[in-house]
Amino acid sequence: MNWELMIKWTPRLLEGAWLTLELVGIAVLAGLLLAIPLGLARSSRHAWVRALPYGYIFFFRGTPLLVQLFLVYYGMAQFEAIRQSALWPVLRDPYWCAVITMTLHTAAYIAEILRGAIQAIPPGEIEAARALGMSRWQTLLHIVMPRAARIALPAYSNEVILMLKASALASTITLLELTGMSRTIIARTYQPVEIFLMAGVFYLVASYLLVRLFRLLEQRLRVELCQGR
Amino acid sequence: MNNYKKVLLVAAGVLGLLGQAVAADKLKVGTEGAYPPFNLVDARGNVGGFDVEIAEALCAKMQAECEVVTSDWDGIIPALNARKFDFIAASMSITDERKQAVAFTDPYYTNKLQFIAPKSAAFKTDESSLKGKVIGAQRATIAGTWLEDHLGDVVEVKLYDTQENAYLDLAAGRVDGVLADKLVNWEWLKSEPGKDFEFKGEPVYDNDRIGIALRKDDAELRGKLNEALKAIVADGTYQRINDKYFPFSIY
Repeated sequence: MNWELMIKWTPRLLEGAWLTLELVGIAVLAGLLLAIPLGLARSSRHAWVRALPYGYIFFFRGTPLLVQLFLVYYGMAQFEAIRQSALWPVLRDPYWCAVITMTLHTAAYIAEILRGAIQAIPPGEIEAARALGMSRWQTLLHIVMPRAARIALPAYSNEVILMLKASALASTITLLELTGMSRTIIARTYQPVEIFLMAGVFYLVASYLLVRLFRLLEQRLRVELCQGR
Repeated sequence: MNNYKKVLLVAAGVLGLLGQAVAADKLKVGTEGAYPPFNLVDARGNVGGFDVEIAEALCAKMQAECEVVTSDWDGIIPALNARKFDFIAASMSITDERKQAVAFTDPYYTNKLQFIAPKSAAFKTDESSLKGKVIGAQRATIAGTWLEDHLGDVVEVKLYDTQENAYLDLAAGRVDGVLADKLVNWEWLKSEPGKDFEFKGEPVYDNDRIGIALRKDDAELRGKLNEALKAIVADGTYQRINDKYFPFSIY
């Protein structure tokens, strides 16, 4: 084990780790915001409301993230019309391509998690709220959403950790996040074992911190106490 | 016969088969398959190109049976050292950095590094003109290393998994220019997407010797490959393969 090499490249790897956290952080938060309306629509009683989120989720869950990244980064850049459009300054940048694609991708999964959570709320609770005279919106805001959030939280934390690992794919569109940085360092040092081992440790630390963070959040929201039926 | 004896028999059979597979003297050749015209995978999935044909000619001279396998470029040296294949014929430049990890045969061709950029762009290759430009190169190539070492503070270097992806971004306008092997650039400039681009400036590095990489402890194979290389150059096989790809000699 070449310790000197590992210490020498730590600052660059930390730079990469920071970019990874940035990408994942933005994607899972923006993805959550996008997923709330999608998940609500997905659990609607009306088929025409369900149709759009169904198609969206079907597409983004049914194709690999790598393919989606390539479609957005290399695919869209093929069209002269897109290169001339107002969107190009954003789509030109691999950072925004990764953020956008990861957000759209994770939103599909989170929406499906939310749909499951909304449908898992015992109907009696909603009926009780309605019987107390709450309007449909009040029921949604005060009963359905807080209940669904607690049911969905453990599955959401799972999705965040999956995205942390999926973010390694951003290295294929020239971003020097943790995996991209590791590969670039290996290209110079030819020491894959040491460098990938360090990258692995950074990923472990990041996911451990995420696990602790969600544990705290669960305690704060008293998720366990609220799971009784 | 009870069950565990059957299991033992099957296990012994499997071991026997494995033993045979190892005993057969078959050489595995590693290449990238994404570096036309030197190595590429065609529409039918066959691996071909200059490197591959040279490797096959060498194998024929050594009277060895060879199998060509592809590997991602930036993992090709680790894969060689992990014994996934026995030698690499993938247009690999002989560098001191790489010599720390692998051994090389004598060079089998010589290349240069040269910039390409859009014909319409005023693109000069001196340091002050390049300032602030975005330059693409393939990761883990001498072009990528050269940019980082010589222009790392001046230009923004974007590194790609494959050379083809670097060209895609050049055509899309995400990079101002690409630095790569002259002969690979030459091939791309001939193609339809490359028609609006041209070489810019003089080659920045012109002593790029390309060799076949093999494990450091494989001195015997290295000797055989060097002999076979001399033989195919002497008997005209090399020239025949050269002429198929280039109208000039690249040896």
